[in-house]
Amino acid sequence: MTVRKNQASLTADEKRRFVAALLELKRSGRYDAFVTTHNAFIIGDTDNGERTGHRSPSFLPWHRRFLLEFERALQSVDASVALPYWDWSVDRSPRSSLWAPDFLGGTGRSRDGQVTDGPFAASSGNWPITVRVDGRTFLRRALGTGVRELPTRAEVDSVLAMSTYDMAPWNSGSDGFRNHLEGWRGVNLHNRVHVWVGGQMATGVSPNDPVFWLHHAYIDKLWAEWQRRHPQAGYLPAAGTPDVVDLRETMKPWNDTTPADLLDHTPHYTFDTA
Amino acid sequence: MPELSRRRALTTAAALAAAATATGTAAAHSTHAAPSDSPNSPGAPGSFDEVYKGRRIQGRPAAGGGHHGGGHHGGGYAVFVDGVELHVMRNADGSWISVVSHYAPVPSPRAAARAAVDELQGARLLPFPTN
Repeated sequence: MTVRKNQASLTADEKRRFVAALLELKRSGRYDAFVTTHNAFIIGDTDNGERTGHRSPSFLPWHRRFLLEFERALQSVDASVALPYWDWSVDRSPRSSLWAPDFLGGTGRSRDGQVTDGPFAASSGNWPITVRVDGRTFLRRALGTGVRELPTRAEVDSVLAMSTYDMAPWNSGSDGFRNHLEGWRGVNLHNRVHVWVGGQMATGVSPNDPVFWLHHAYIDKLWAEWQRRHPQAGYLPAAGTPDVVDLRETMKPWNDTTPADLLDHTPHYTFDTA
Repeated sequence: MPELSRRRALTTAAALAAAATATGTAAAHSTHAAPSDSPNSPGAPGSFDEVYKGRRIQGRPAAGGGHHGGGHHGGGYAVFVDGVELHVMRNADGSWISVVSHYAPVPSPRAAARAAVDELQGARLLPFPTN
């Protein structure tokens, strides 16, 4: 059974195996297919048109499935690997062990944003940025530059307290839990973390940075925490909503799974803490 | 910045100058209309054309609401950096984002173009859909 752990509590061996599986997916070309898929959805999802991966109720189940696909790919390389999560409300400094050279490497240098240490530094030769929107082929970051502070636990709690999953018009203008977690409205949780990391993480090709998976694994955990706090509240909308994935409608690109199928994560993985 | 060689910069400038001559417009100074900076205005914002940090940024309403195939939705407005189209999107509240700054809304397409120039640090934009 897959147990997703807080990245801060991984052993040295768990970090080594996770990094090695990432590098093997990259080498084989499978990694970049995930970047391409994400960018296609982020460009295609619009507030007044069809929207599936972002700015819509299915933001959460879509990313849950996307991460499951990615985790299964990692496990096809090394069956012991699970996606760790990054609780950025606790590990909120560029000096966190997350950014050490034995794990994800640190922030970029000031001249061009290039990450110069860790397994994903361009100088390693193992992490070419091939799915990109500009000419730069090296991983970039600017931790804490685009926005100074990561969300606090109090801000997380204020969003978890929202009892309605999502609301019309089911987009970036919505009130409710999903859009406050996504960050288009209110204190801004998910979006702000992308901006805080900077570099490719701030762009449509954000999965180029491996921290993408750890960020979204924590967003996914917050959805699970919200469900436990609000057991009577369910995914919305229920049915008949144009351009939006209703509870029992299938989601692109898989076309074989609905939000209803993904509400319970426990058939797929559990977390190290409740 | 290796991505923007002097030769490439000169080539781009020459191409833009030629294009400006062909269409009879004055090149390379801020000629945008003020409404392009107003969020929440009805309809598409106005056009703009300026040099920002040494790079030409342009924006204009796009006829038909689409300009490319592929996975792109066609936002009804097109933005260019040194002649290469930058994918932009308008949010429900009238704010804007671009593919190089996708999680940080700004008030106008011109602000999105400027944010892109800041982010690019001189690198050339690739045409979308991405390779």
